[in-house]
Amino acid sequence: MPTIEVNGKSYETDEEGYLVNLGEWNEDVANFIAKVENVDMSQNHWEVVNFLRKYYDEYQIAPAVRVLTKAIGKQLGPEKGNSQYLYELFPYGPAKQACKIAGLPKPTGCV
Amino acid sequence: MAADVKAPPLRPFAEPPALVPGAMQASKPYVASAKMQEAIGFPGELTEGWEGRALDKMGELLGKYRSLRVYLDSCVHCGACTDKCHYFLGTGDPLNMPVARQDLMRSVYRRHFTLAGKLFPKLVGARDLTKDVLDQWYSYYNQCSECRRCSVFCPYGIDTAEITMAGKEIMDAAGLGQKYSNEIIGKVHRIGNNLGLPGPALADTLEGLEEDVKEETGVDVRFPLDQKGAEVLLVTPSADFFAEPHVDSLIGYAKVFHAAGVSWTLSSHASEAGNFGLFIGSYDQLRTIAMRIREAALELGVKRIVVGECGHAWRVAYSMWNTLAGIGAGGEDDFARKLQSQLDSRYKQPMHICEFTHDLIGRGALRLDREANDHRVVTFHDSCNVARASRMGDTPGGQFEIPRAIIRAVANHYVEMAPGTTHDATYCCGGGGGLLTDELLDLRVKGALPRMEALRQVADGRGVNFMATICAICKAQFTKVLPYYGFKMGMVGGVHQLVSTAIRLGEPR
Repeated sequence: MPTIEVNGKSYETDEEGYLVNLGEWNEDVANFIAKVENVDMSQNHWEVVNFLRKYYDEYQIAPAVRVLTKAIGKQLGPEKGNSQYLYELFPYGPAKQACKIAGLPKPTGCV
Repeated sequence: MAADVKAPPLRPFAEPPALVPGAMQASKPYVASAKMQEAIGFPGELTEGWEGRALDKMGELLGKYRSLRVYLDSCVHCGACTDKCHYFLGTGDPLNMPVARQDLMRSVYRRHFTLAGKLFPKLVGARDLTKDVLDQWYSYYNQCSECRRCSVFCPYGIDTAEITMAGKEIMDAAGLGQKYSNEIIGKVHRIGNNLGLPGPALADTLEGLEEDVKEETGVDVRFPLDQKGAEVLLVTPSADFFAEPHVDSLIGYAKVFHAAGVSWTLSSHASEAGNFGLFIGSYDQLRTIAMRIREAALELGVKRIVVGECGHAWRVAYSMWNTLAGIGAGGEDDFARKLQSQLDSRYKQPMHICEFTHDLIGRGALRLDREANDHRVVTFHDSCNVARASRMGDTPGGQFEIPRAIIRAVANHYVEMAPGTTHDATYCCGGGGGLLTDELLDLRVKGALPRMEALRQVADGRGVNFMATICAICKAQFTKVLPYYGFKMGMVGGVHQLVSTAIRLGEPR
């Protein structure tokens, strides 16, 4: 299994860089993964990541894209409650790239 | 993510590409972990003795499936299939010619299962099943989307998809599985769907959709879950709950049920239409996954089973559910009769959501405002499994005509793509058969080439700005690959997304 080194501690990931042990996640790890993904973490990125983690905590799955856009629209303003805005923040796709940074498993299936 | 993804230039004329031997030799999906393999009953790894396990499985399949032996025996290498595969056209790799892909297995078949190959292997192109050969299988059987376009052009009707499926089944038996498909199959058993969406999350998502539709239309359109006694059980790909543009079709189905005044329900037990058992050629998995639909139908006491926009699910439902799960007409045994006596025999069982909507349109039961889609110039991409492995309606070719008839009823501007790229000669989206995974993105982009060429033609020539389709894989694949060819990702969507835009709600007419 591949690993990443953050602050002298090593974390196990899968082949694609998703964290294996979700409990090990912290903000430094998130920043590290974001850097690898070429995502420059702003406050708005963190809003998304924090929402994903909160939702996952309750439901053991990342939120559907619509659930996410609605929540972000409420927090950051209606003009940002759409998937186009989320793609601006996470160009590889909000579902996969934001999940990776948030330390959540990758959504699978026909998505 | 996937490194070095390169879209080939669109060809001005559809000529076969120059050969590039070995171009895609390094393309292979991630291997399933031992845990994923064992969870669905396969050996965890390629441990000692894998050759024996593989050949035993091959012998078993040759005995069980007469078709496989006929396909391996009957090819005369005429070459009709060579330029019919989208992956060959996009990559130029000669091993992506369907005949060459088949020969990867044919050579091993000859060596171990024919007299000539046992005695004079070199004379008949027979090869031992070595690790190198197995690696080649893993690479190139994971570059076939099982779309069956080549079989349409084969004078013997050899079905490469069946050979690919056998290849995957043999590799699974040896202990070499593909992560994407096998992880997903594990999730279906564990959680109920490919996505891994647990019941409470599904309920929350559906509640959110009810709010959204209320906000948009002012009407209380329901998205019921686990409702006993509903008329219709809708089985749809879990991507419809989760992703865009998929969810817009789900909203479309709900509006159609509402407008028709038909009670319906989703099931948290069978919250997935997709059946990846097909992709890996495993009958056991196909059956176990299909049984969930039967169990849900019995549990909820529904009268009808309707399938949402999912290509391979419709193949399994239309062509296989009758024997796999006792859904559909014709079975005389107790197993089949139990569900048949519950389901309403006046309707097709199962029924495709397009058949359901088309029937309502034909009876004038829906109020449709075509002008609402006037900002769209629509074309239709036939999905491979619907086009070449199923049917809809009562006449041959219904699977082509019914989705098109719906589009024409809900939109004013409809354009066909070039003949030879649609109907039973349709090109695969490039992501089917269990290849819709990020590490294969380069292959997926290249495999989309012929479809992108046909789309470019109608986009430039006729102003097409929306490609409708009825498959969750097609939708996800195109969303990802369209930008590589200079199109917008929002250009693809579902047929029921168009219905959703046009339908006027209120009292059923």
